[in-house]
Amino acid sequence: MSAMLHMSAVRKTYATGVVQVEALRGVDLSVDEGDYLAIMGPSGSGKSTLMHIIGCLDVPTSGTYLLDGTDVSEMSEKQLAEVRNRKIGFVFQQFNLLPSLSALRNVELPLVYAGVPVAQRRERALAALAKVGLAERVQHRPGELSGGQQQRVSVARALVTDPALLLADEPTGNLDSHSTNEILDLFAELNEAGRTIVIITHELEVAEHADRRVFIRDGLLTTTDAIQAGAR
Amino acid sequence: MEWKETIGTAVSALNARRMRSLLTMLGILIGIAAVMLTVGLGQGAQQSITAQISSLGSNLIIVSPTQSTSSGGFRGGGGAASTLTTADAAMLADPAVAPDIAAVAPVSSTSGSLQSSSTTWTSTVVGTVPDWQSVRARTVASGRFFTADELDGSRNVAVLGSTTATELFSDGTPVGQTISINGQSFTVIGVLASAGSSGISNEDDTVVVPLTTFAARLSTSGNANSVSSIYLSGRNADTLSAAYQQVRTSLLASHGVTSDNADFSVSTQASLVETATSITGILTLLLGGIAGISLLVGGIGVMNIMLVSVSERVREIGLRKALGATPAVIRQQFLVEAGILGILGGLLGILIGVAVAAILTPIIGITVAISIPATLLALAVSLGIGLVAGVYPASRAAKLAPIDALRSE
Repeated sequence: MSAMLHMSAVRKTYATGVVQVEALRGVDLSVDEGDYLAIMGPSGSGKSTLMHIIGCLDVPTSGTYLLDGTDVSEMSEKQLAEVRNRKIGFVFQQFNLLPSLSALRNVELPLVYAGVPVAQRRERALAALAKVGLAERVQHRPGELSGGQQQRVSVARALVTDPALLLADEPTGNLDSHSTNEILDLFAELNEAGRTIVIITHELEVAEHADRRVFIRDGLLTTTDAIQAGAR
Repeated sequence: MEWKETIGTAVSALNARRMRSLLTMLGILIGIAAVMLTVGLGQGAQQSITAQISSLGSNLIIVSPTQSTSSGGFRGGGGAASTLTTADAAMLADPAVAPDIAAVAPVSSTSGSLQSSSTTWTSTVVGTVPDWQSVRARTVASGRFFTADELDGSRNVAVLGSTTATELFSDGTPVGQTISINGQSFTVIGVLASAGSSGISNEDDTVVVPLTTFAARLSTSGNANSVSSIYLSGRNADTLSAAYQQVRTSLLASHGVTSDNADFSVSTQASLVETATSITGILTLLLGGIAGISLLVGGIGVMNIMLVSVSERVREIGLRKALGATPAVIRQQFLVEAGILGILGGLLGILIGVAVAAILTPIIGITVAISIPATLLALAVSLGIGLVAGVYPASRAAKLAPIDALRSE
């Protein structure tokens, strides 16, 4: 099985004023197709930077990053936008739904940028919303939905392009325990259906749902331990 | 991304901030309306002046004095006298001197107080010769013009302009009635057909009397032979410039002056139109320019609001980028928003301009000319201003790094 995501010796240095901050200091990471990986770490560990690089929101200062077989470490803004559109589905802690658009229009958005024709776009967005159990709420605006429902809309939005990787950044950080379980069950379901998932979190309970966990501290991956599938 | 989608996104973004969008458009609206009205007013005034000059007669040449007095004819009693005389007119009427001149009409004029049996009215009193009718291309609506015999006999006969006739004899026929002009009694023998002119100098508010009668009984000038201007008509349009030269050369010779110290000026209808056109053109440009500044300010308003909008929507921009919007798509979205602000402002401005023009035209008596090409140009300009104002904010939005944009709260 080929690696969906392969990083070797990835470094990221930020220049903030005169001080150089080394957020990542040589990260090697491999995620296979169908994997469910949790990346854990305290704030300031380089967790967000790693998430940005995995999500192609930023490029490494050095090292290589292959996503689905493509080297993305030297890509231009425009190429990165296309990669994000086609290969990555984002789920954010803040949901990041556009408040003026209905759930359906929010889910359609990545397809708009992919240039999918209107009828097909609608059909796929409705299917994605049905998959997350929101078929009855497609015309509601984010403000009319609960936190858990909003996060499910954003999961639908992440899935609608059928991406290679579902990348979730603290997806349960703003949810109560009931909604948290709903979202984690949804992720488990998707993973069982073969979806590759990378989840970034600082909560052990959340990370325990993943098949595999890695820890990041001071810009380096420190421990990797595998959890047997079904042990949770 | 399709255009329909881009425009839809822009419209809903503008709609979400409706009040602000309307106020921003107001700047463009006022600018476009102001430019349309000033330019329209300038063109209307130009058309009206051109029509007025054309209504003076065809192939017209006008000789006016350049010293001592204005051609308007308000001359003080013992003061300055015109440099033109009836002798000049007689000379120019000689075919040997000016072969391309068809007719000559020396004219003297003054302001006169008119009195009919019922009303008094102030008008311009013109003393001239029977040829005035053909030179000025005027026809008589009722009665007749005065004859050469009446001119020679200095008869107290008067021909009224149509406006004057209406004012003095609102009911009843003027012809055959007696009026008094500055205390002198005259018999009305005819009424002129309307020259159809409008605006500042009304060609229909006048009284025409024989020049000899004028000189003997109405003139306030010391010299009975002086006239305030000489109107001439050329034989045809082709020989008008030759006629112009003949008039000029012979008058220079008879006055014993050179073109450097000439005491008269000769103008043709074409040169008058040209002068009037250039004056109204400059005025239009000046006023349009001032109005254009308000348009510029409106454009700066659009830029300002777009910049505010970009910094307010940093998070939205970041999200759109994360979902796959390329910098070009983001740039396009903000440009389209600015363009829509511009073109909607322009459309509303045109509507307001047309409405105000329709209201203003009857009030000021000058047609505010609003042409379709000018309107389309205004629309294109407003779109252009919106787009130009949008370039900088849009490129700021396009350059935002997605991670910075997502991080902001």
